Amino acid sequence: MGWVTTISVWIIPMFIALILVTGTIKKVPTYETFVEGAKDGIQMSFSIIPYLVGMLVAITVFRESGAMEYMFTKLRPFLELVGIPAEIMPLALIRPLSGTGALGMTSDLIATHGPDSFIGRLASTMQGSTDTTFYVLTVYFGAVGIKKMGDALKVGLIADVIGIAASIIIVSIIFL
Amino acid sequence: MVNIIWVSLFIIGLLFAAVNGTMDKVNEALFQGAKEAVTICFGLISVLTFWLGLMKIAEKSGLLRGLSRLLQPVARFLFPEVPKDHPALGYILSNMSANMFGLGNAATPMGIKAMEELKRLNGGKNEASRSMITLLAINTASITLIPTTVISIRIQYGSVSPTEIVGTTILATACSTAGAVLVDRYFHYRRMKKRM
Repeated sequence: MGWVTTISVWIIPMFIALILVTGTIKKVPTYETFVEGAKDGIQMSFSIIPYLVGMLVAITVFRESGAMEYMFTKLRPFLELVGIPAEIMPLALIRPLSGTGALGMTSDLIATHGPDSFIGRLASTMQGSTDTTFYVLTVYFGAVGIKKMGDALKVGLIADVIGIAASIIIVSIIFL
Repeated sequence: MVNIIWVSLFIIGLLFAAVNGTMDKVNEALFQGAKEAVTICFGLISVLTFWLGLMKIAEKSGLLRGLSRLLQPVARFLFPEVPKDHPALGYILSNMSANMFGLGNAATPMGIKAMEELKRLNGGKNEASRSMITLLAINTASITLIPTTVISIRIQYGSVSPTEIVGTTILATACSTAGAVLVDRYFHYRRMKKRM
């Protein structure tokens, strides 16, 4: 554990030092260049707003109306038939939609079942192994103004299904 | 497809609220969702401004080009459309390595910058190019080596071995990334066929 945390803490500062030292050696006007590049950041953040507002409002309405909950209960018997633990399903379904929602659910599952239980380990693996597809899609494409997403959403969602299935299979093999 | 999903989320939600009598919650959700989105974007300003400034120095000093040369063999396979030594590859590598170490805050600006470069390569069209879809697929599958957030949650709840899930996470993430790349390839060839 020690080295893992050490790497995580050191990597960013070291990377910054590398950039600044290389820039100075190569005689780049570092500060001016920084300001020049940084300006883009402001504009970019603002251009994401419309995309993210549209997506998040739709997802929040869907969740708060109870539709998401209903979907879980309907899917439950079918999923149990395939051997997927029912407790984990809401997390699997919310993972591509909402990052904060998934994180909250993972904490909740770990708190209820214990971090070292099967469900706790599975939730941890699932949380770490895929990202919030809708968020990534909205932010990355929104920032550079891509409106026609092509097959991106399909590819992202299929990758999520693969990641979730892989988590269940791998955790079952290793910890059961 | 995005349009259909977007409208369905709303309509299904609204129908549900009408039947279940949760319309007041929907009203709340409208404002809550919008507010959350704007809050996220404001949070991004600080991160994006700092990293894009710093990465500009990396670009001008040639560091980014050096990084992209390191990635060459992988990049040739994943992004055949991107020319050799292009700065986009440097941003892609930075994005992937930040993701691997669970540094989402640093990964997002690099990913966006990579997208921008890829858009330029695509003639500035508002349509996603092949490379852009690949980059997105890799990001949604998120290659993780150290799931920092999860480890800290596990510590918080008193796990005997907070890092025991690192191995399973790496395996699962390898599967989903490999899956994403394969699915991405499949859709690419399907598009090519359609065009012929």
